[in-house]
Amino acid sequence: MTLSGWLTIFIFVGVVTALAIPLGSYLAAVYSGERTFLDPLMRFPERWAYRIMRVDPTREQNWKQYAKSLIIFSLAGWLLLYLILRTQSLWSFTGLNPMGFHSPPANVVFNTASSFLTNTNWQYYGGETTMTYFSQMAGLTVENYASAAVGIVVAIALIRGIASRSGSSLGNFYQDVVRTILWILLPFSFVISLVLVSQGSIQNFSHYLSFHGIQHIAQTIAMGPVASQEAIKMLGTNGGGFFNTNSAHPFENPTGFTNFFEMVVVLLIPAALVFAYGKMVGSRRQGYAIYSTMMVMFLGAVIVCYIAEAHGSPAQHAAGLHTAVRAGSTGGNLEGKEQRFGIAGSALFDVITTVTSCGAVNSSIESFTGIGGAVPFANLSASEVIFGGVGTGLYSILMYVLLAVFLGGLMVGRTPEYLGKKIGAREIKLVALGILITPLSALFCTALATASSAGRASIDTAVTGSGPQAFSETFYAYLSQANNNGSAFAGYTGYDGTVGNAAGSHGITFADLLGGGAMLFARYAPILFALAVAGSLAGKRVSPAGLGTMRTDNGTFVVLLIGVIILVGALTFFPALLLGPIVQGLTGHLY
Amino acid sequence: MRKDIITSAIGMLVLTLVCGFAYPLLVTGISQVAFHGNANGQQVFVDGKLVGSKIIGQSFGNQPQYFQTRPSGTDPADNDAATSFANYGPNSVITEKAIAANIKEYIALNGKYYPGGLRAADVPVDAADTSASGVDPDISVLNADIQAYRIAAVRHLRLTTVHSLISKYTSGRGLGFSGEPGVDVLELNLALNRLRADK
Repeated sequence: MTLSGWLTIFIFVGVVTALAIPLGSYLAAVYSGERTFLDPLMRFPERWAYRIMRVDPTREQNWKQYAKSLIIFSLAGWLLLYLILRTQSLWSFTGLNPMGFHSPPANVVFNTASSFLTNTNWQYYGGETTMTYFSQMAGLTVENYASAAVGIVVAIALIRGIASRSGSSLGNFYQDVVRTILWILLPFSFVISLVLVSQGSIQNFSHYLSFHGIQHIAQTIAMGPVASQEAIKMLGTNGGGFFNTNSAHPFENPTGFTNFFEMVVVLLIPAALVFAYGKMVGSRRQGYAIYSTMMVMFLGAVIVCYIAEAHGSPAQHAAGLHTAVRAGSTGGNLEGKEQRFGIAGSALFDVITTVTSCGAVNSSIESFTGIGGAVPFANLSASEVIFGGVGTGLYSILMYVLLAVFLGGLMVGRTPEYLGKKIGAREIKLVALGILITPLSALFCTALATASSAGRASIDTAVTGSGPQAFSETFYAYLSQANNNGSAFAGYTGYDGTVGNAAGSHGITFADLLGGGAMLFARYAPILFALAVAGSLAGKRVSPAGLGTMRTDNGTFVVLLIGVIILVGALTFFPALLLGPIVQGLTGHLY
Repeated sequence: MRKDIITSAIGMLVLTLVCGFAYPLLVTGISQVAFHGNANGQQVFVDGKLVGSKIIGQSFGNQPQYFQTRPSGTDPADNDAATSFANYGPNSVITEKAIAANIKEYIALNGKYYPGGLRAADVPVDAADTSASGVDPDISVLNADIQAYRIAAVRHLRLTTVHSLISKYTSGRGLGFSGEPGVDVLELNLALNRLRADK
C-alpha cells in the first residue's frame, strides 16, 4: 500500500461528494420543471421531440400507465437493437464496417440485445472482433442512453410517489425520458467524450491500422469511434466496452488521470440522485442518511479490496515473486492490472464498478486475490443498493429503506410509516418480492449452470483450472447478469472464440439464453414492483410526525439500514460465497 | 396501447438519429479538428512509415537491444486486434506456472547484465504478471532500470545515458496522485534507435 493509493481513494470520495451535491439540486430542478441553465438550449428540441413522438407532456400517468409505456418503449428498443445487430453486415454500405464483419449468431445477439437493454452490458463477444462501427453507434450507444434513462425515470417516479401529497400521478414517462436525455445524458456525455479525446482516447472511423513494427513484427491496431461511446458507457453506468478488455484498453482509458475521471463519472449520477431525492421529498436530511449508508458500505469495500490486492496472491508468492512496494514498483497483485493504474487505481475502479451497475472493468476481476475478489461478490450480493446503477440504485435502496422502516416498526411496536405515509401489508409484500427477485434469479441460474453439462461448457478449464475458481466464475456470471452489472470473471467466456477475422463470436447457446433471460427478468420485475410501490404510496394521505414516529434521517436509522442490507445479502448468498471466493481467500493452497 | 407503440417506435428512431449518429459524428468532427493526433491513436512514424501507436504496447520479440513490454494474455502477444485478459486465477497452479515462466524468461534475458545477478525476488511484479489489456504500453520504473543494464551493455551506451532517456519517457501519476508512473516502451526504444543514428 502506498500514500498515493490511499490519497486516491479519499480524494475520490471528496470529489464525488462535492460534485454530487450541486448536481443533485440540478437533477431535482430538471424533474420538477424548474428553470435550469440548459433551458435556452434544450426547450426547442424538447418541444420538437414531443410533437413528432405525439406526446402530450401534460398528460399525467398513474403507475400502471407509466409501467405500460416503459415496457412498450423497452420492447421497441430491444427489437431495434436485435435487428441492427443481426443485420450488421447489411449496413456495410454506410462505410461503417471497414473490417467486413459478419453478423453474430442469433443466440449471441439475443444475449447482447437483452444485456444492453437492461443496462447490464454483459458481453459474450469481443468488441473489436465482432461489432461494426455501425452497430457500436446506432445500436449499442443508443441503448446505453435509453437504458440509463429508463433506470433514472423509475427512480424519479418512485420519488414522486413517496413525495406526492394527493392523487395517483407519477408524471409522464415519455416526458421524463426526453428530459433525461436532453438535460443530463447528452450534454454531459458530449463534454466527457471531448475530455477523454483530449487525454488520448480515439475517435475516428478508420480501417484498423496494419503495419510492421520496428522489429518487423506484423501488428494490427483496432480503431473506431471510441470516446463517444466510452462517455455514455461510464455516465450511464452501462459498462459495455468498445474493446474486449474494456476500460483497461489504452484507447478507452489512456492515463492515470482518465482513470480517476472515469471513476468520478460513473458514480456521479447515482450519488447525485440521492441528494436530489432529499430535495424532492422536502427533507435533505433523508438524502444525507441514505448517502451515509451507501458511503460507509462503499468505503468498507474499497479498504478491504485495496489491502487484499496490495498483499499479492498465493500464486505469485508460490512462483517466488516479491510483492512488497519497492522504489519504482508498486508491488502487489499486478496480475491482470495495468501499470498506469497501479493497485489502488484498479481496486477502487473495481469496487466502483461493482457497487454501481456499471460493470466496466480496468483490470481482470478473475485475477483478483480471494478476498479482493470476494469484495465484488459482496457488492453484487447487496443488489445494487450501494449507489447502484443510475436510478436503479436509488429505487433499490428505497425498497430496503421501506423494509428497514417496517422492521423498525415491528421492534418498537408501532405502525411503520415513512415520511408521514403508513406502510401497510400491500407495500411490504411488494417490497419483499422486489428485493428477493434478483438474488433468487442469480442463485437459480447458478445452480442450473453448475449442475448441467451445458452450463459447465462455459468454464474455460485450460486457463482457470478447476477447484473453487471454476465455481466462482459460474456464480459471478449469473450474479452479475441478474444484478444487471455486467462485469465478469472473464474466463467464463460463453464463446468459442472467433473464426477468422470476420465471423464474430460463436456463442454457447445455453449460457447466452439463460443469461439473457436472467437479465430481462431481474431488470423488469423489480421495476414493476418499484412502480407498484410508488403507485400505492402516491395515493396515501400524509399524517404529521408524532412523538412515536421513528426517525429515518439519523445515525440510528443508518445503522439499522446497513444491518438490513447485510442481513438480506448474507442470508441469501453466504453459502455460495463460501464455496468460491472465501475458500480461496482463507487458504494459500493452489488448485 | 396503440398510441404507446407509435410513440415508442418513433422515439427509438429519433433517439437512434440523435444519439447514434448526430452525437458520435459531432464528437468525431470536433476531435478530428481539435485533437487530431489523439483522435487517430497517436501514431508514430519512422522515415514516413507507421511503426505503432504511442499508447499501445507492442512486442519486441525478446530482442536484447530493445526494452521489453509486459507479459500479455493475447494471442499472439500484444495483439491489439483481439485484446483479452489472461484470466489467471489467484490460487491456480496454472497461474503459478505462468508467472514462474515469465520470471525465468526475464532472468534469462537480464540476469547476466545485472550486477550481482537477478533472483526471482528481484523481479518487479509488472515484469512477471500479465497486463490487463494485453497491450499495456508501460513498464514500471524499476523494471526499466533493471533492463537498462542490458541495454547499456548490448548497445555500448553509458548507463547514465539510458537512465536519462528512461526519465524522459516516464509519465508521472495523474494529478500527482492517481495511478503509477510508467515508462513508455515504444517511445523509449525509438529514442534508443535515434541515438544510434545520431552517432
